[in-house]
Amino acid sequence: MSGSRRITYDARGLAEPIAEVPHVATIENGKATFDAADLTIRQINLELRNLIYEQGIRDVVVQNPGAKHSIGVGILQRCRIRYEGSLGYFGLGLIDGPEITVTGRVGWSVCENMMSGVVVIEKNAGSLTGAALRGGDLIVKGDVGARTGIDQKGGTIIVGGDAGTNTGFMMQRGRQIILGNVGPHLGDSMYDGTLYVGGTVRSLGLDCVEGEWTDADTELVERKFRIHGLGDPPPLRKFVCGKVLYNYDNLEPSEKKLVI
Amino acid sequence: MCGIAGIIHRDGSSDVGTEMTSMLQSMKHRGPDSAGYALFGQPTELVVIRFKLADANDPRDFDFSERLERHRQEVESRLHKIGATVDRVERETEYAYRATVRYDGDMKALADYLESVPGCEVLSLGHSLEIVKDLGDAQQVSDMYKIGGFEGTHAIGHVRMATESDVDISGAHPYWAYPFSDVAVVHNGQLTNYFQWKRRLEFNGERFQSECDSEIIAVYLAEKMSDGDSLEDAMHKSLEDLDGVFTYMAVTKDALGVAKDEMAAKPLVLYESDDLVAMASEEIAIRAVLGREIDTHDPYEGEVLVWTR
Repeated sequence: MSGSRRITYDARGLAEPIAEVPHVATIENGKATFDAADLTIRQINLELRNLIYEQGIRDVVVQNPGAKHSIGVGILQRCRIRYEGSLGYFGLGLIDGPEITVTGRVGWSVCENMMSGVVVIEKNAGSLTGAALRGGDLIVKGDVGARTGIDQKGGTIIVGGDAGTNTGFMMQRGRQIILGNVGPHLGDSMYDGTLYVGGTVRSLGLDCVEGEWTDADTELVERKFRIHGLGDPPPLRKFVCGKVLYNYDNLEPSEKKLVI
Repeated sequence: MCGIAGIIHRDGSSDVGTEMTSMLQSMKHRGPDSAGYALFGQPTELVVIRFKLADANDPRDFDFSERLERHRQEVESRLHKIGATVDRVERETEYAYRATVRYDGDMKALADYLESVPGCEVLSLGHSLEIVKDLGDAQQVSDMYKIGGFEGTHAIGHVRMATESDVDISGAHPYWAYPFSDVAVVHNGQLTNYFQWKRRLEFNGERFQSECDSEIIAVYLAEKMSDGDSLEDAMHKSLEDLDGVFTYMAVTKDALGVAKDEMAAKPLVLYESDDLVAMASEEIAIRAVLGREIDTHDPYEGEVLVWTR
């Protein structure tokens, strides 16, 4: 074969322009700003990575992200990024260290596998928010969809509004603070971790039980609210794993069904 | 995976053909196999019949064209025989047609009579509903059927990644809720009690044109509405009766509804204003129409929402 291929394809099979940094940001006083309205997903991510890793910029503003998918994934650097608009699915995944603000909403699976840092979503989030979260603080000021913090392994998720079904599904560690109401099956099949709920709970999931409130809970919630300027925390109830379902005894799986 | 989209102008009308094409094309990655539209134009006294006489990927044997023409003539002849006054029969593609007729008789009798012509499938029938679906992406289907410029009040659409049945027009969405005029459905998901419901509904005399599980929803709603349920009541009942994961949209001549299963396993993003409601599997589809910053949210598990004009 000869000649260069001018079109590449992204993971969804869609044609994308060849992967080149667009170099569209303006930089003033160490702060970079660029408009993402006419950029593809790949161009936005290349521009971001170029600014942060190649040019050493630690303060970036991305305007008009337009709910595009997979934006800002894999940023492993302490820096500030502000998205002025909304993100689509799988945004901000696999990040380690940045402080991020999204002024709009985010789609499914924001901050999947986040390691550390702080992410603040000013509006709503879709389902699977903070899936497999490992560390850091994820704050959603609006509502979230279903299965928030599914498979969560650490970190803290704070939701200002309501949460959907199966919140904390198969959660293993970490905390969630939901100020509004939660849907059915809260904490279903959770291994560990703590769920705090301010509103009503439609139903508890398998092996999720109400826990005893301690001074450590008060300290944690107040500290998180203080750090993030969220005001005084409202009264909350605490839910934890009942530790009957998984690996806490020597019963065979068929015998567990009888126990539960 | 599949992608679904819906838009309703609550007061007035718009080029819903172009709007729906933009929405569906922005979700092309969710389903490249086929694309389909259920478009509602201004209600007319005429009955609009969308039908096809072959599938896009049927083998083209020597007498294919001649056979199609013979069957088209038979359809026209039967329209006359059943008492319909034919206004126009237009050939949209090699195998798909749009007919307008004056007819005030029984819609089921009309549909059954036409569908007994070999190869004939009535895709839609009504005073304002027109279902268009074919293989390819939304732009290709729109170009083929000249969807752009379709002035209407509301529409739903679908891009399909085939998982449950063949890649053909019969397996493409939307599904018309036979024999109800002006009712259609699009669905994203899988129904696990499909065969159970198909047997029940066939026992009750309902007919199915495809092997696609999604067709169950349209026929299910049609049967419930024939028993006197409103669209919203029928949709609420479907949450109890249908197993599996689904988000589906249903439309009638003056309403658009959406339902999500109890696990909320399939996505839906919703934008609502006083004069416009738009929804889709992904927000980018809504932005393809609105093109500005908007506030959206995801409906919750077990929700049924219906908007009327």
